Amino acid sequence: MRLHRLATIARKEVLQIMRDARSVVIVVGMPVIMMLAFGYGISFDLKHLAVYVFDREGSQQSQDLLKHFLASEYFKVVRAVNNYPALVRAIDAGDCKLALVVPQDFSHRLNSGGPVSIQALVDGTDSNSANLAIAYSQAVVQTYSQQLQFDWIRRHGQNDIRPPISVDARTWFNENLESMANIVPGVVVIVMAVVGTFLTALTISREWERGTMEQLISTPVTSLELMLGKLAPYFVIGMLDTCLCAVLGVLWFGVPFRGSWVLFFFSSTLFLIVVLSTGYFISVVAKSQLAASQISLFATFLPTFLLSGFLFPIDQMPVAIQAVTYLLPARYYMAIVRNVFLKGAAATLLLDKLIALSLLAFLLVFVATRVFKKKLAQ
Amino acid sequence: MNGTAPSVVVSDLVKSFGDFTAVDHISLEAYPGEVFGFLGPNGAGKSTTIRILCGLLRPTSGRATVAGIDVARQPEAVRQKIGYMSQKFSLYNDLRVIENIRFFAGMYSVPEPVLPERADWVLKMAGLEDRRSALTGTLATGWKQRLALGCAVLHRPPILFLDEPTSGVDPISRRNFWELIHLMAAEGVTVFVTTHYMDEAEYCRRLVLLYRGQIVASGSPSELKLEAMKGELLLVECEQVGKALELLQTGPGVLDAAIFGNSIHVVVTRAAEAMPGLTKYLSERSIAVSKMEPISPTLEDVFVSVTSRRGESPEEISVQ
Repeated sequence: MRLHRLATIARKEVLQIMRDARSVVIVVGMPVIMMLAFGYGISFDLKHLAVYVFDREGSQQSQDLLKHFLASEYFKVVRAVNNYPALVRAIDAGDCKLALVVPQDFSHRLNSGGPVSIQALVDGTDSNSANLAIAYSQAVVQTYSQQLQFDWIRRHGQNDIRPPISVDARTWFNENLESMANIVPGVVVIVMAVVGTFLTALTISREWERGTMEQLISTPVTSLELMLGKLAPYFVIGMLDTCLCAVLGVLWFGVPFRGSWVLFFFSSTLFLIVVLSTGYFISVVAKSQLAASQISLFATFLPTFLLSGFLFPIDQMPVAIQAVTYLLPARYYMAIVRNVFLKGAAATLLLDKLIALSLLAFLLVFVATRVFKKKLAQ
Repeated sequence: MNGTAPSVVVSDLVKSFGDFTAVDHISLEAYPGEVFGFLGPNGAGKSTTIRILCGLLRPTSGRATVAGIDVARQPEAVRQKIGYMSQKFSLYNDLRVIENIRFFAGMYSVPEPVLPERADWVLKMAGLEDRRSALTGTLATGWKQRLALGCAVLHRPPILFLDEPTSGVDPISRRNFWELIHLMAAEGVTVFVTTHYMDEAEYCRRLVLLYRGQIVASGSPSELKLEAMKGELLLVECEQVGKALELLQTGPGVLDAAIFGNSIHVVVTRAAEAMPGLTKYLSERSIAVSKMEPISPTLEDVFVSVTSRRGESPEEISVQ
């Protein structure tokens, strides 16, 4: 292997990247756009849910209850209406997800000790938000009624109140339970998978498509020099994009980074090797740039998005699909990145994942070089 | 040849793709300073042979050595000894002229100290001194081809393979290009050229005619015209060319007849003896002959003659 040939190829590749507006957009624009789109776009949190209220009684007590809803950051009372059809229309039109109806005899029942309930109408189209809305409204009402009970007991001269059992939840790693903290490190994985595979797949299929490969391989260059020279610039780009995403995540989205940067970059290097080899493999198999870009999208973006645990926890998937995810390098890297970001996990705890990732990296490099050599030899 | 060792030796070379035999037992030798032409229609096996000699394809059987190196065993070693220009333009259009030159210089390990001088030499040869910073994609085809040739000879290879280097190039650029080829040959380079332009074949020192993967004739252009033709040639100009051709093909003493432009070339054993009989034969069948004379054959005549002897008609031969 001659280093100067490798360097010549790398230099040529950099010139071509810089001269191609499309690749500049992919290199710089795609990570930023994906970070922002996914960071803001994907959220499993419920905050400031639009609520309509129909208070049929209008008493001090009914207003007190509604104030509790107002005080919660989960709900935002958008409007109070005075008839039932207005609520129905609001839910139909999607103006609110939750509508509360306080019955006419609310305070009367409350004072007489009878069973009291308020009605909640929930838009169940998005079952996840609907469940959260129901759970949160129950919690709000629970707190309010507990308070009423204590007041009642106190008023009846009973000062020795035994508080009920409560769960003292201490959330670790993501104290405010924001899904953003989970999503943003995951986006790093998606960006690397897509950018890395996409760019490499294009760079080599372009040489075949334009006929320049024929001239290139008529020179004394070896297939190893060619592969390494071609991939070197994309490795650097991939690393820069990884840093860009990580920095955006920490500084812009305020996601904590608790682990070791060395471990982060080490595992990112492994994953980049995986991703670049995949791109290289695709470019050898695909006949044209168009085919290469389509295959790389299907082969990397979709599995990484759906099966790596990015959105859906792997242990909740059907067993057959879980089995498939073991073959997916992104699965391991996703777990490593999240653990490093949020838990500050040490390498020893992630050893099994690092080993799996390394094995897949070696396998893919091996396959990519073999397939490429075979194609050259015909 | 003059006791020099051949720079390229091919013996019994075969290349098949599945059932199709692209190269069918070809043997040849080429010497330093020779311009060696591969002539034949598309699909005759010219490019395949050249690609095997460049180490880009593995032969199915047979042996080929280039500069003494076995191409099947050490394809990468062969590539340092050769320059190759593929059929399709294959420099980087999105690089500048000088960047392409530097890139290929790097690929061929041209030493850094001699690089500026080599680059200037290539730029001068291609006539691109003023356009060294131009994007290669903006050049006209003729210039691109000369730049491609320049990039293929940056490392001063002793053997040069040019696969249809002038296709799609205007006549003046083609002439310039051939001057470059002869310049290289004068310096001792063995130049292999494939072409399907018959006029270009005349520029070659030696020719092989390839047809369906086989060598059907070989020699210098003049040897081919003398020897490969199995008789002498008559030019016939007359009315009703189509009907005349049909008649001539079965005419007395006619070995072969073919249309060339708006006249007919007729192969006979001896031109002088055949002429009176043929004139009579045509006029008896009410075809007025305006001209009938012996001519010296062109390479195209040779090609038609050689291939028709094999019971086939040549396809896609172009004349310019």
